[in-house]
Amino acid sequence: MIERLLAKLPRGARAIAWVGILVGVLAFWVALPPLAIRHPILPILIGVVGIGLGIGALSRGVRRLAWGAVVIGVLGIALGYLATRSSVGHLDQVVVWSALTAAMLRYATPLAFAAMGGLFSERSGVVNIGLEGMMLSGAFFGILGADKLNHWALGLLCAALAGAGFALIHAFFAIHLRADQIVGGFAINFLAMGITGYLFIDIYSGEGTPPDVSDIPDVHLGFLKDWYFVGPIFGQLNLMIWLAALTIVATWVVMFKTPIGLRIRAVGEHPRAADTVGISVYKIRYAAVVLSGVLAALGGAYLSIGFVNSFNQNMTAGRGYIALAAVIFGNWRPWGAAAAALLFGFSSALAQRLPAYSESAAVLFQALPYVLTLIAVAGVIGRSIPPAAVGRPYKKQ
Amino acid sequence: MSGPDPSPFGPPPDLGPPKPPESGDSASFASRLALAQRAGGAVVPLLTTILAFLIGGLVVLATTGKNPLTTYKAIFEGAGFNWFFEVGSYQLRVPFTDSHIWFPWNTNDFESLAALNLQQTLIFWVPLVFTGLAVAFAFRCGLFNIGGQGQYLVGSIMAVWVGSSLPQLPGLIHIVAAIVAGALAGAAWAGIAGLLKALVGAHEVISTIMLNWVAIWVGVFLFGLGGPLQNDTQEFVPVSNDILDESKLKVFWGDPLLQGLHVGFFVAIAALVVYWITLNRTTLGYEVRAVGYNPEAARYGGISVAKNYFLAMAISGTFAGLAGAIDIVGWQFRINTNDVLLSSIGFTGIAVALLGRNTAFGVALSGLLFAALITGTSTRNLDPEIFKPELASNLTLLIQGLVVLFVGADVLILSLLGLRKRRRRRAVETPA
Repeated sequence: MIERLLAKLPRGARAIAWVGILVGVLAFWVALPPLAIRHPILPILIGVVGIGLGIGALSRGVRRLAWGAVVIGVLGIALGYLATRSSVGHLDQVVVWSALTAAMLRYATPLAFAAMGGLFSERSGVVNIGLEGMMLSGAFFGILGADKLNHWALGLLCAALAGAGFALIHAFFAIHLRADQIVGGFAINFLAMGITGYLFIDIYSGEGTPPDVSDIPDVHLGFLKDWYFVGPIFGQLNLMIWLAALTIVATWVVMFKTPIGLRIRAVGEHPRAADTVGISVYKIRYAAVVLSGVLAALGGAYLSIGFVNSFNQNMTAGRGYIALAAVIFGNWRPWGAAAAALLFGFSSALAQRLPAYSESAAVLFQALPYVLTLIAVAGVIGRSIPPAAVGRPYKKQ
Repeated sequence: MSGPDPSPFGPPPDLGPPKPPESGDSASFASRLALAQRAGGAVVPLLTTILAFLIGGLVVLATTGKNPLTTYKAIFEGAGFNWFFEVGSYQLRVPFTDSHIWFPWNTNDFESLAALNLQQTLIFWVPLVFTGLAVAFAFRCGLFNIGGQGQYLVGSIMAVWVGSSLPQLPGLIHIVAAIVAGALAGAAWAGIAGLLKALVGAHEVISTIMLNWVAIWVGVFLFGLGGPLQNDTQEFVPVSNDILDESKLKVFWGDPLLQGLHVGFFVAIAALVVYWITLNRTTLGYEVRAVGYNPEAARYGGISVAKNYFLAMAISGTFAGLAGAIDIVGWQFRINTNDVLLSSIGFTGIAVALLGRNTAFGVALSGLLFAALITGTSTRNLDPEIFKPELASNLTLLIQGLVVLFVGADVLILSLLGLRKRRRRRAVETPA
């Protein structure tokens, strides 16, 4: 087992580039608590080493990773320098690693759910711009169910059903009617916004959801309490965060280790070939799209009954699009998408804490996921290759 | 990042260039729309609208038990369309003179509430025409510009910046400068997506969605507390400076203090004409449409597909940027961060273009429909006794969603029409 893992490690020039990247990150890290080096010379020196490693790898023909190392080295120097210039009090306030990590997990959870959903849908060849709307429907029907049926589990069930319902509409138009999938998904977003907003006003008449709605409980791990660093992060996380982690693993297993996953991918890459060997393209696509709706809705339900315990019109505010971005940024792979969700969650968490420095600069971190995705689709860092048949309706012969 | 190769059939390049034109499955959306246009004409959008309103009416009936017709009538009056029915004998001042001529409708908004409402509807019609044209132009090139919202925002950001600074510029030049700056900003913003599409083939839908959100957060950053373009005097209000008085557009109908209709209305009409001429009477439009119908064929015909992708996106962005700029100099005069976060004119533009079948005339009409829905359901215009405006504005979103959903399903309508034609043919053949 360990040998197999070791065999996967990068070697030669690639290894140098990876070390360069890590050193570049280190250059920033030393300037932050708990080390909080106060003199700029150290981050600069470490950063230069990182850049040097990157250039070394570059001369040996590793292009992308090496450029990554150079860029991260420069960023590490710049950010490290800025950090040494700011007051220690501010740094301590913003960079509490355990709190930051916990916040990252909280922000990443809805994204991870929706991203896994998007992954199923896109891998089966159906573009799902409607993730945003399905998430919103989950957020509303989740809290509605939890409120009226007095239990969060029933709320989750309602959310899943609502997400499945919207997904079914999308699937019907995309698969059977062969409508344009982007237009259809876009319509789902409008519909979900209209329906949830309408019912929200109609049922709660503008007073907002009641404060005592049954919410998804936290998981208390008492034995972790005194552990350094790990305790504050994992000691008290919402149930949904653990479920999200489980979902990611399950997605990977299903997608790459089971015949069902092989069929989903086959349908997304070459539906005609899949059809010829007896796979029902329509059935697989329907199942994948409905599953994506359920997962996105669960992510939305976490927002309303796990995170903030209330609902507001259009409360997802673009998170469905970030999830879509995570799928693309992660190159249509479960671990990649999960890592992207964590990265995007981290940038949200940072945006939440940075106002200690400057209210306005913090806002720019909200834009980070989108900028990174733009860079990713531009092919600067790696190349994102979508499933071959994504977005193309399939017509049985 | 582990796991086997994603493609179970080997790398896609083995299959040759992307070329499966099997029975029109994979034909671009634009070409299918063109097909639908020839088959259905105005029938399809009309049916779509009626169906959407029917379902919306059922929702009203089911949830509130109110008569949907009364609600729709209230929205109709809130949009000021009843103005056309209030026929009488009135005077209309001829522009630039003091003489008056006879006019069948009352244009004085102190006497006619309908006139006031109609002005509001037309104020919204202007940006919807622009964002609708933006989406439509890209569609004609086979591109789906979902980023009208972002381009609209950068347009208004630039316009507010130019309009509120440079006090030494004289009036008319200042207006033109603000509008041109907004248009260029929109063009540049969409141009990024066009460039990515032309150079590396990045899907324009993904890049424009991302650009939308970047624009939104940049706007929040600029006008938020402590942001670089935040108001100079009101330190704790996240709003931009007001644009200078001389850079505001003239109001030609109604009271400037009550948000009368500004002359941007005529710019919108001009834009409709320009759109039609560019597409149908210029080489540029011919090439754009050729690429939209079939990029491969256009390439064989010696048309640079990459160049047209970029140009179409840039022109599309110009329209959207104009929408933002004209909204600023026409009636908004400032933006706050809430506007940036909540505005959805650019998104509605997509519905306008789809329902208008990407034609100038269609965009003008569907723009009017959506403008009427927006104003008719606003808290200011809808009678709360008849229907809650908060509910009604969500009803607007619902109708919008249904319209987009049904218009997108052109195959459904096409096949229905095809079926009917086939049946008719059979009916002709059998007696013979």
